Amino acid sequence: MNRIDACFAGLRRHGGKALIPYVTAGDPDGATTVRLALEFEKRGADLVELGVPFSDPLADGTTIQRASQRALEGGTTLRAVLAWAAEIRQASQIPLVLMSYVNPLLRMGPAAFAGAAREAGVDGLIVPDLPPEEAGEVLAANDAAGLATIFLAAPTSPPERLRLIAEASRGYIYYVSLKGVTGARTALARGVADAVRSLRALTPKPVAVGFGIATPDQAAAAAAVADGVIVGSAIVDQVERLRGRAELVERVGVFVEGFVRAVRPAPPAA
Amino acid sequence: MPPSTPEAPVLPDREGRFGPYGGKFVPETLMAALAELEKAYGEAQREPAFQAELQRLLRFYAGRPTPLFFAARMTARFGGARLYLKREDLCHTGAHKINNTLGQVLLAKRMGKRRVIAETGAGQHGVATATAAALMGLTCEVYMGTEDMRRQALNVVRMRLLGAKVTPVDAGSRTLKDAINEAMRDWVTNVGDTHYVLGSVLGAHPYPMMVRDFQAVIGRETREQILEAEGRLPDVLLACVGGGSNAIGLFHPFLADGTVRMIGVEAGGLGVASGKHAARFAGGRVGVLHGSRSYVLQDPDGQIQITHSVSAGLDYASVGPEHAYLYEAGRVEYVSATDEEALRGFHLCCETEGIIPALESAHAVAYAERLAPTLPREAVCVINMSGRGDKDVQIVADLLEERGQP
Repeated sequence: MNRIDACFAGLRRHGGKALIPYVTAGDPDGATTVRLALEFEKRGADLVELGVPFSDPLADGTTIQRASQRALEGGTTLRAVLAWAAEIRQASQIPLVLMSYVNPLLRMGPAAFAGAAREAGVDGLIVPDLPPEEAGEVLAANDAAGLATIFLAAPTSPPERLRLIAEASRGYIYYVSLKGVTGARTALARGVADAVRSLRALTPKPVAVGFGIATPDQAAAAAAVADGVIVGSAIVDQVERLRGRAELVERVGVFVEGFVRAVRPAPPAA
Repeated sequence: MPPSTPEAPVLPDREGRFGPYGGKFVPETLMAALAELEKAYGEAQREPAFQAELQRLLRFYAGRPTPLFFAARMTARFGGARLYLKREDLCHTGAHKINNTLGQVLLAKRMGKRRVIAETGAGQHGVATATAAALMGLTCEVYMGTEDMRRQALNVVRMRLLGAKVTPVDAGSRTLKDAINEAMRDWVTNVGDTHYVLGSVLGAHPYPMMVRDFQAVIGRETREQILEAEGRLPDVLLACVGGGSNAIGLFHPFLADGTVRMIGVEAGGLGVASGKHAARFAGGRVGVLHGSRSYVLQDPDGQIQITHSVSAGLDYASVGPEHAYLYEAGRVEYVSATDEEALRGFHLCCETEGIIPALESAHAVAYAERLAPTLPREAVCVINMSGRGDKDVQIVADLLEERGQP
């Protein structure tokens, strides 16, 4: 069983929700990315998303744009990210998902990528500029390698597209909570609960909510309706603020732990 | 009666693909908006009232048809084929871009959108969008790279005078590519009330098809005009290719005419060997940028490369997917002219014909100088004079001063 499926199956047995932190790989460097992923696991994260930096991240807000720029200036490539994933995998069994724009994947070749990702111990792939209609080659290569292709659903997706996405998606469905790019917002967007309910009516696959979730309160609200919560820009912003400081990994770990606590069901009364 | 236009190949297909090129590589949030746009465009195409209004605007507002002018002194100077200039530079706002923006803004209004956004490189598309928005009473915001704002400062002032908000984009190469990223981010955020007026035959379906259709008026007119002037079809069509909208607009109505040779001229910058250029067919590989599969200048890891051209309008890392298809099919030839050659073309056009061309269009003139002498004297060649060069006067003056040739 794929580590992602096992993770959600385990959580569902006791009503647990997944906290999924995202970092841009290579920001500020690969060694830190590896340490952050392991730290997140130690702090109770259930799954880790590693962003592959791209020169033209048009689905991302300024926080992840800057992180991508820094990572690219540091020489980060898709192959380097795969090598860091392999390092994480040697020390941990936490599910790992890469998030990459489509062009670097096409340049490596979908089959070559899927093989290399599986070899590195990567479990899933999210491609923000690849809707199911265009995903044939990537999906087939990933399926053959046992790599889960996770599609995104959006507030603007009509029912027939939700069906298409629910069917195409492996591992989980990434529900984009708002119209817009990634980046911290002050409140959870309205309509998330209804949208997640619509998806649930279509599929038993887990639904994780992301985009804009910047506080433990928002994460708790999202966890109340979904199977998982993705926190990206808020974490990347912490990495940016703590750049060059020895306590970066620990401080970002503590920050992530705050979200982990927010999505955990309250412990039964003693 | 001129012979009727033969039917052009029916592309793109239902998925928006030109062979393997094109498609819809966009965030999910935009997929519904693209479907809505495709449907609205299809309806508008079949609606006589919409078509009549567009024709009225093209004629009485944009100034169409534009003349096809026999360039006698340029012909004599280059020595060879008879050269005609399709005078898109005489369109209102000074370039072919208005053909597309009038169509799209009219469509946006029909769709009930209150706001339009656009990207711009040289500023011509930004000005044309701001113009159409002012004419039809819609709010307009234009994204422009800070490098382009610097080198096309006149157009920034024009857009602001026309009531548009010009938002600087200070990311990446600070040129057209980065302006498109930012415009797409805006569209993802404001997709409910905003139409994105994409300025070239780029992006996700239906844009490459829709922009081509709005620009094909250039080729349709040229066809009639050359038949009237010469009594036959031209031998060669020449146009510069950034995203490729002026080129596809000229070429498209002639695609089925096997005797008509078509040549697209890309920006060779400092030379293809230098790496500082925007010659996608010479230096690029198939990839995806801004929603469409096409030829893309990229590094071995799939990161988009920084391009260079003296002309902001050609300074872009990818090219319209239909051009990729026509390149692979061997129907259109793609060549490049360097900055230096384009500047020479610019001066030659000024001096022989009294027409100050846009630096973009000057690339086509530059290639004509190379090509014309190799063709027989009875050959007929049409150069698309896609825009006028007022916006470039300062750039050229600065370059002359650098070289001590005031």
